[in-house]
Amino acid sequence: MGLPLLDCFLNSNGTALAQGAPLPVRFGAWMWGCGMNPDRWNPTTEGGGYELSVELQALDRELGTGAKLREQVSILSDFDVKLDGRPNFPHTAGLMGTLTGSLPVADYTVPAPTLDTIIAAEIGGLTRFRSLEMSCTGNPNQSYSFESQGVANAPEISPMAMYARVFGPEFADPNAGPFTPDPRLMIRQSVLSVVKDDRDRLLQRVGTHDKQRLEQYFTSVRQLEQQLDILLEGPPDLESCSKAPTPGQETLGTEVGESMSTNLLMADLLSFALACDQTRVFSMMFSDRISGLRQPGSSSQHHQLTHDEPLDPEIGYQPEATEFVFASMEAWADFVERLAATPEGDGTLLDNCLVLGHSDVSLAKVHGITGVPMMIAGSAGGALKPGVHVRGATSPTTRVGLTIQQAMGLNTESWGTRSMEATQPVSEIVA
Amino acid sequence: MRKTHLRTTHLSLILGLLLLAVTGCSSGADSSPTEKIDAGPVALRRLTAEQFSRSIRDVLGDHITVPSRIDPDDRRDGLLAVGATFASVTPSGFEKYEAAANVVTEQALDTKHRADLVQCQPASATTSDEECATAFIGRVGRRLFRRSLTGEELDARVAIASAAAKALGDFYGGLEIALASLLVSPDFLFRIEEAEPDRRDPSITRLTSVAMASRLSYLLWNTTPDDDLIAAGEHGDLVDDALLAEQVERLLSSPKLETGIRSIFSDLYDFKRFDDGLVRKDTALFPVYTQTLVEEAKEQTLRTIVAHLSADKDYRDLFTTTESFLTRRLGVAYRVPVPTPDGWEPYVFSDEARRAGLLSHISFNALYSHPGRSSATLRGKFVREVLLCQDIPTPPANVDFSIVEDITGELRTARERLEAHVTNDACAGCHTLTDPIGLALESFDAIGMLREEENGVPIDTSGDLDGTAYEDATGMGRALRDHPALGPCLVRSLYRYAAGRNEIGGELALLSSLSERFAESAYSVRELMRELVLSDGFRTTSGPRMAEEAGDES
Repeated sequence: MGLPLLDCFLNSNGTALAQGAPLPVRFGAWMWGCGMNPDRWNPTTEGGGYELSVELQALDRELGTGAKLREQVSILSDFDVKLDGRPNFPHTAGLMGTLTGSLPVADYTVPAPTLDTIIAAEIGGLTRFRSLEMSCTGNPNQSYSFESQGVANAPEISPMAMYARVFGPEFADPNAGPFTPDPRLMIRQSVLSVVKDDRDRLLQRVGTHDKQRLEQYFTSVRQLEQQLDILLEGPPDLESCSKAPTPGQETLGTEVGESMSTNLLMADLLSFALACDQTRVFSMMFSDRISGLRQPGSSSQHHQLTHDEPLDPEIGYQPEATEFVFASMEAWADFVERLAATPEGDGTLLDNCLVLGHSDVSLAKVHGITGVPMMIAGSAGGALKPGVHVRGATSPTTRVGLTIQQAMGLNTESWGTRSMEATQPVSEIVA
Repeated sequence: MRKTHLRTTHLSLILGLLLLAVTGCSSGADSSPTEKIDAGPVALRRLTAEQFSRSIRDVLGDHITVPSRIDPDDRRDGLLAVGATFASVTPSGFEKYEAAANVVTEQALDTKHRADLVQCQPASATTSDEECATAFIGRVGRRLFRRSLTGEELDARVAIASAAAKALGDFYGGLEIALASLLVSPDFLFRIEEAEPDRRDPSITRLTSVAMASRLSYLLWNTTPDDDLIAAGEHGDLVDDALLAEQVERLLSSPKLETGIRSIFSDLYDFKRFDDGLVRKDTALFPVYTQTLVEEAKEQTLRTIVAHLSADKDYRDLFTTTESFLTRRLGVAYRVPVPTPDGWEPYVFSDEARRAGLLSHISFNALYSHPGRSSATLRGKFVREVLLCQDIPTPPANVDFSIVEDITGELRTARERLEAHVTNDACAGCHTLTDPIGLALESFDAIGMLREEENGVPIDTSGDLDGTAYEDATGMGRALRDHPALGPCLVRSLYRYAAGRNEIGGELALLSSLSERFAESAYSVRELMRELVLSDGFRTTSGPRMAEEAGDES
């Protein structure tokens, strides 16, 4: 036992650290590819206590606290990505529209920063890691976290590697006895200061394109300096913080069981990382927008099935492809449930999170970008009302992004471009 | 809007070129392509993961294991070499570079290797020694930065080495810190290509002699320049026609050229996906598949290319050659006996093996397939786009796929399924380009193993490549070998790889002339490389890339 946070440090509600420091609020995005079947996924009733649709049955779980998972998750249906005459680049337009508020002019290009990086720009500097990106696809090269086309945050694909990064020897364990700063950290800082000395000389030698890239490089150097500063300060002073246990056996790959298992291991590590305030921003790619999920022994992947599998005329949907919608919703429920399992203040970690679950399309078969499915889990430290179904009535998906930015404390009045510009938050979910 | 602007620029460059042609400015039609060209811009080039690793091992020792977990490369317009001129360093990326630097410096200066690397003896191993530190940092820094360090750069690093040596009570610990500061520096992580007015004609902007050293070395060897080349660069030799030609001969005859060739074709063919573990197959459907098998398949193809091109054989014959290399594991997948129990042996496929040309290799067929099935479309798209430089548009978003739905289960082969596309106008435009090529390769399954039938129906591999009919993959390889776009496409790809960007209008005449010379040399890739690096396309530039261009390449 190290440093128990005495109750007197908390205010009477147990929701904030003494001296006015509230518990941190975190934002994350959780993405699955290839959408859903709108008629089977969208709930038929609106508001709180909405009726769970057949493809949302995964939310019908009881949490450790006795509450229902569905009460923690709002459903946002019938919000559209608007093309304004731009091409519907398959699987890209819907993804970028939702995450950046703008439409790409070329296939798989990034028109503007993604939501997570917008939020990290505001609050990422307060923590050891500006943000943490994860993926269950086994692909080390791709996440959906972009500052710009050339600045893509690469994901952790291996829970072991994620563990080593966050909870390796550098991690100051609050339960590991008295803290002594590692002198090596200060020496590493001196390395960075030498590098920074070259900044002005370098910037003079390059053109405007490269100036931007070098500025980004030096921003990253400063971020690491700050990381070292935070490590020198000692262990985080948070009641719920403890060092994560070493993750269990990992098998990376896109067989659906592999991705689901990676998702669980990552959610577990993440909940420890968040409870110790190692970061306040994260993103998870459960499956690629061109979903490569597959069943062992099958010759087809999820994405292929959404295009090639015949609609079963009896039931009106593609049965094999739809199995992956169910699996994705189970994985989403696993992820959220794990955050709700960590107690924090007088509630759970999830209460102080805002997790956007979303896909790149609605009906993948036709690359539908009307009614792009979105969900919000958690109440962002009280800023949001959870467990509500809101129909967007074809308003732009950016209204959700705008609501998120405001709930995270950003002074954003409007977000998105052209028909995607949103000025009205989704008031139904605002507390 | 930007696009329009760019197009206008291209147009004026083309007009400029035409004018030059009319006024007869192309004076030196004798030895190398010396048409006056308007070369495009230069930009910082972030080291690829491979260059990062090779450069470190070249300078600090082959025993070093360089962490592979660094910021991923950015692939644009089909090349990592192009993405490298756009990539920056994210916070998590820098974190990884710093962690890698610490791992590398520890290995470089461990007790076993420090004497060899440092080359001077400190007065005491337990405190600072400025003289020895200065010599070490200056020498190693010059190789890593590809130029001599400035006095300021050197002094700052000697200072932290000394401070750290005293704090840690370890001279070599101090050097580790100084070395780490070199490895995380933008001068190492980015290649900075500086340009200057050409003294003979100040209207021309050329790369500096120092910048030429790196440009040559990373193109031909894919690693940091050696001491000779840096010295030539710093001495001004590489902006002198004759002295440049001398250095180029030296680089082309070095065994390191094999590394350069390997890297070029790995990049072009997207072979990094093998290294990243992204060529996965369903193990129930393909019991022979392992990660080791596909990595060896990649290696087989690279060995074949390197052996063929190092012997200065006709580039086009790569697509018909039966000469290759195998391991016993690959032999199992190819169903041919390989006597050598461990390692590689040269191997010539018999006609019965039906393995003529690179496209019959396991590597390509596994790479351009899905985990559970082959893909005639992906394979055909690869041949059209990468080998013939023909654009295949992306499928329309609202395409009606119901036409290819196999409700009755009667469409049993890829040909039957794909022919359904071609009956639909929206699909036919692209699928008539890709599918006939891919269908010739249908005799190779998703891991490239031979098969005669699919779902009980014999596979028909016949087809036509732009007017040349064939019966099977071997015939398709011959048709590809003789395709007029094959040679010029390699020229274009190599140019993009060398310049780190797509060609611009002012360079098109140069590409044509390089293509002609490539043909005249009986398609010698070594000859092509020589012509390319001696051309003004490689040696001159319009100046630094402007910010407006970023992110607007499609």
